[in-house]
Amino acid sequence: MRIKNHPILKFEFGRKVKFTFEGKEMYGYEGEPIGAALHDNGVMVLRQSIKLKRPRGFFCAIGHCSSCLMEVDGESNVRTCVEPLKEGMVVKLQKGKGTLK
Amino acid sequence: MIHQVPMLVIGGGPAGMVAALQALEAGVDVVLIDDGIEIGGQLIKQTHKFFGSEMEYAGTRGFQIGNLLTDKLFSFDNFKYFGRTTATGFYEDGVVTALKDNKEYLKFKPEVILIATGASEKPLAIPNCDLPGVYGAGAVQTLMNLYGVMPGKKALMIGAGNIGLIIAYQLLQAGTEVSAVVEAMPCIGGYLVHASKIRRAGIPIMTSHTITEIEGDACVERAQIVRVDENWQPVPGTEKWIDTDLICVAVGLTPLIDLLWMAGCEMKYVAKLGGEVPVRNKQMQATIPNIFVAGDAAGIEEASSAILEGAIAGLGMANFLGAEIADYDEKHNKYWNELNSFRSGPIGQRISEGLKFVLS
Repeated sequence: MRIKNHPILKFEFGRKVKFTFEGKEMYGYEGEPIGAALHDNGVMVLRQSIKLKRPRGFFCAIGHCSSCLMEVDGESNVRTCVEPLKEGMVVKLQKGKGTLK
Repeated sequence: MIHQVPMLVIGGGPAGMVAALQALEAGVDVVLIDDGIEIGGQLIKQTHKFFGSEMEYAGTRGFQIGNLLTDKLFSFDNFKYFGRTTATGFYEDGVVTALKDNKEYLKFKPEVILIATGASEKPLAIPNCDLPGVYGAGAVQTLMNLYGVMPGKKALMIGAGNIGLIIAYQLLQAGTEVSAVVEAMPCIGGYLVHASKIRRAGIPIMTSHTITEIEGDACVERAQIVRVDENWQPVPGTEKWIDTDLICVAVGLTPLIDLLWMAGCEMKYVAKLGGEVPVRNKQMQATIPNIFVAGDAAGIEEASSAILEGAIAGLGMANFLGAEIADYDEKHNKYWNELNSFRSGPIGQRISEGLKFVLS
């Protein structure tokens, strides 16, 4: 969900673009982190921990914690909190450690 | 190809930006690299007005200071910026390696380097602290203040230092309900001006309380808080469950010093500065002569002091490179006077005590 009215900030959103998450069509703004767009679409679980399969979400937002690693356009281990969203991106939950393209 | 550069700044937060400006004004060519999507570090997420004096842009909101500094930097022809670029290594021959856009591998050989890498957040080790809905404070700010995304509906803030207090208020601005600010210490750690804003909004600041457990299926649904005694032990019978979908962790920062270690700078553990910090002189020069430090990487403080440390370091670096700075001493002393007066409060006193161990 986006912030409707902010008392101080005026958000300058980029172009609205379509992408898919697990095959489902979603919209976000071009250039914002993929993770932020997913959050806006209500997607909270971004990956599973490798051993215990625990759900993990958006956590550090600066590309350090690896909580948001996903498969994007066939590439594994993309840090979706620092990867800008582009039109037509195919975003998927990654299985385990992912695979080399 | 190795980029031979006079001055490399690693980190585009307040310290790095101001240091770069000082050197640019002295005629030095500066390359700045930063790993973020946007330049500005944590400044660009701050909606509150800063304190201090004119030097630290008092009365101006954090994100506006970020914009101001960015505009100034890009007005210089001898400024070069590499965004989404992470410094990955420091080598014995003085080469700094960096990865741009996760694809391109860059090498720099600078004559002088500023390490202004900032800090990383301390985690919270309690059951289910890894559930989606538990965020570092910085991530909450990123979502709501940079990208206009509501981080959650009902938040619980952990930590009543300045970051916890400020972000609790920012959550209200974003339209998120805040149940409480929980603080294990018996007193509020941050400035009272920030605490008062929270209190006026009717949000309890629960000192001598801690969070003990989180519950939820796939995401955070509730958290248990409990009162602690003077020995930090939970007081039986005071447990309380609070429904929440957002737990914001603001329990402190620790300097991001990997590159300083890698370079072999002398470090010391100083709890009052947040962890391992570099030994430095009054020019903010580390024990390796061509490495300077500023901002949170040199000790956890705040953006206003990072600005001043950046100014001191940038000036020192230009001087190190032999740039002509007619009023060097005057400027250097002025920045130090500002910094000392900024550190004259009770929080600053703690910093000053910590600095005695590392500042020569």
